[in-house]
Amino acid sequence: MANTKEAIKEKSMLIQKDMLAKQFHELGTAKETGKKVVYTFVPGNLTELILSFDMLPVYPEINALQNGMRKKSGDYIKDAEKIGYSEDVCTYVKCDIGAMLNGNIGPTGEKLPSPDLLLLSYTGCFTFLKWFENLERLYPGVPVAMLHTPYQEDGKISAEQVTYMVKQMREEVIPKMEKVSGRKYDEKRLSAMLAKSAKSEDLLVKILESAKQVPTPIDAYFAGVYYIGPIFTAFRGTDEAVNYYSELWSEVQQRMALGLGPVTPEGEMQEQKFRLVVEGPPNWTNFREFWKIFYDVGAVIVASSYTKVGGVYDMGFRHDPSEPLETLAKYCMGCYTNMNLPQRVNLLADYVKEYKADGFLINSIKSCNSFSAGQLMIMREIEQRCGVPVGFIESDLVDPRYFSYANIKNRLESYFQMLGQRKIILGSEVAAT
Amino acid sequence: MNKFYLGVDLGSTTSKAVIIDENDIIVGKGITNTRANYAVAADIAKDEAIYNARFSVLKKNLTADSLSRPEYQKYISDLESVFQYEQFKVRLDRLGDELVKTCKTFFHEKEKQEEILEHLRKIRKAFKPRIKYDYLFNNLGAKNQFFRDIVSEKYNEEVNKLDMSLFEPLMTVWDKSISPAENQKIEFDFKELIYKAIEELKNKYSDLPDTISEVNLNFDAEMNLLKGNFNHVSETLRKHIDEVIDLDFTITNMTGTGYGRALLPFPGDCIRSEILCHAFGAHAVFPNTRTVLDIGGQDTKAIQVDKYGLVTSFQMNDRCAAGCGRYLGYIADEMSISLNELGPLAMESKKEVNICSTCTVFAGAELRELTNLGEKRADILGGLHKAIIMRAMSLIARSGGVFNEFTFTGGVARNPAVIKYLKQLITENYGEGIKINIHTDSIFMGALGGAMFARRNLNIDLPSEKKKAVNV
Repeated sequence: MANTKEAIKEKSMLIQKDMLAKQFHELGTAKETGKKVVYTFVPGNLTELILSFDMLPVYPEINALQNGMRKKSGDYIKDAEKIGYSEDVCTYVKCDIGAMLNGNIGPTGEKLPSPDLLLLSYTGCFTFLKWFENLERLYPGVPVAMLHTPYQEDGKISAEQVTYMVKQMREEVIPKMEKVSGRKYDEKRLSAMLAKSAKSEDLLVKILESAKQVPTPIDAYFAGVYYIGPIFTAFRGTDEAVNYYSELWSEVQQRMALGLGPVTPEGEMQEQKFRLVVEGPPNWTNFREFWKIFYDVGAVIVASSYTKVGGVYDMGFRHDPSEPLETLAKYCMGCYTNMNLPQRVNLLADYVKEYKADGFLINSIKSCNSFSAGQLMIMREIEQRCGVPVGFIESDLVDPRYFSYANIKNRLESYFQMLGQRKIILGSEVAAT
Repeated sequence: MNKFYLGVDLGSTTSKAVIIDENDIIVGKGITNTRANYAVAADIAKDEAIYNARFSVLKKNLTADSLSRPEYQKYISDLESVFQYEQFKVRLDRLGDELVKTCKTFFHEKEKQEEILEHLRKIRKAFKPRIKYDYLFNNLGAKNQFFRDIVSEKYNEEVNKLDMSLFEPLMTVWDKSISPAENQKIEFDFKELIYKAIEELKNKYSDLPDTISEVNLNFDAEMNLLKGNFNHVSETLRKHIDEVIDLDFTITNMTGTGYGRALLPFPGDCIRSEILCHAFGAHAVFPNTRTVLDIGGQDTKAIQVDKYGLVTSFQMNDRCAAGCGRYLGYIADEMSISLNELGPLAMESKKEVNICSTCTVFAGAELRELTNLGEKRADILGGLHKAIIMRAMSLIARSGGVFNEFTFTGGVARNPAVIKYLKQLITENYGEGIKINIHTDSIFMGALGGAMFARRNLNIDLPSEKKKAVNV
């Protein structure tokens, strides 16, 4: 099934590739250059704060997904299971642990440095806590900073919650960062970075919202995961990110002007038959095959929740340089998986309407409770509120054993045919009125 | 000229074909076991459906005619059985050729080869007349009537009568021959076979016992009417039979569905998901259907449909096929009984034993353990059947619940115990008000839906109900 054809690449993709090569080279040589390394997670990440101390962030779940895409996760997971991790444990964790057992080699082939600080910046996922407990054992003596992120139980972020988080940053996170990096906290420097973050965020929102156009110039899920790469990871708050998003935005604008469709690994998508909103992360081990099932039938994703895990910017949040720590607190609490279920339903229902979607699809991840809990309720709610056909498939993040191509294709084919019928019916209803 | 539409549902266990006319009326249906060569399975099911259509037309014409008397009805149903036997004979000859071929390539030693060949001849000689008798006197009962099932059962019986040392060589020859034999495409000439069947029937009726005291179990009232009269019946019917031989059942359009659909030799736009087909078929037979449960060989589908029979959402079992047809097949094997005996035995259950396993293989182990503990077979089977429905209920809940009316389809819908627990659990969970529909031909719903899609060519057309609504 593997597609051996060379994927088509745009300029922005090449820029991103260079950025990543540079990032992993910097990490590979961190011990020689004396740069300190912070292991942290994507949701609610404090990238600007880390960068303001001249430290380098490493995101274990990004390494896991990249190992998944490079077909290495299967072996890593097996190695983690060999030392006692059960079959039910989050496969990001097992892939990451397995990678460490195998020398911790990064996506560019260079060795990833060991951490100097373990920064758990998001506690909404219980597995993250356990993951870092394991990392603490794997890297004895490395300090751990934990930032407790209150869940948006009431559907909003209160002033008290912000104060609570800022207090933790001042008393727990910043002192540890100062100690590890040997630098003093520089609020001015942080503010300047946050201003750049906001610039990139503005651009990203424009890019993602271009999918409101019919036909859409982008795929907001399969291509979207590449678009969010720099801003959700080590580059938010940097000139490189602003540069990348400016280039990407100009490419998207061009595509819009020319009425061109999204770029797939096999070239530009010609016919857009179905516009979908997707909830849940993609499968990484069979990413191209999975995507192909969609673009082969002309199904394009116009909005997705996964591209909001590192920030729901389209709801208006921007990093605010005038209140650096407060804005970081709000950012942490505002990431998608920290929203309560009614908020998630509202957001997705808005997407279906605003992006003129024909259907709503969930890819539910077997080994991820924090994402998957509540998805059946979300599906029923969207079906009732929006009146669009809903679909549900299951796969996994990086465990190749849990991607059943035949079953997923079978369900998706049925779903697409369902959408096809509905379109004919709706078309005839419009014609009849 | 009449137009006919074909739907083929290539399931994991059986392949079904349905032919409908321009009014969505089923004119013929055929079923066979799915095999390695999907195209052959589809062809056999289709041919069966066309033969069935010819017999249906014959019966219909008779009903409208003065010939609708019981002896004529009996003659035709006998003719249909013998016609099947004529096909069976041809397949058996092909299988015989394969067995000889395998034997010659497998055993190089002349003596051994001759020994096995001699046994094969004897086995064949022993079971051939018995199978013929079964066909002629409708003695196949409720068992599966597929060539493979019938012939392997008889072959096994004969092999078991022989010395143990012959078991392995004879079963090896069998295993290597049955697949090539059943994957052969055989072109039958309807006319030739039906005439042969008429001749065969003559022999059957002329050999009937003369006195009432010799009446055997199969000697019934209609047969009595035929006795001494069959030549007249046969001659009178000949004209009608010749008419159906000449009927043209050219297929105008067709749809393939089911698990093997992608491998069917159909054009891409003639392939459709079985979820849509099952829903459409179930809705056509029971137009008020809103929720469909389909339990097939390897999957369970809970489907919600709208008033036009179009799917609004569905859920399928994921990763594990426990609770599907194959699960029942496995349990039947474990208990050494036939699949069709499972349900009736489970119906005798006084209190269902709680079965915990959600895994087919583990359920087999649990079954043995419970038997050792002294639980009654009926009660264990009752529990197993209930467990199947409990799994289905969870899937239905995931798909949004049960809405009135509820239609149950698929091969498993023929099992009385499954139906019993389904009714019980639907009522417990969704109240008394839900009307439950189960059609005797529930296994053909996917193929029927496929044929209906073929007639509508839905890519450009609409379901009839909708069309009416739009035109108003």
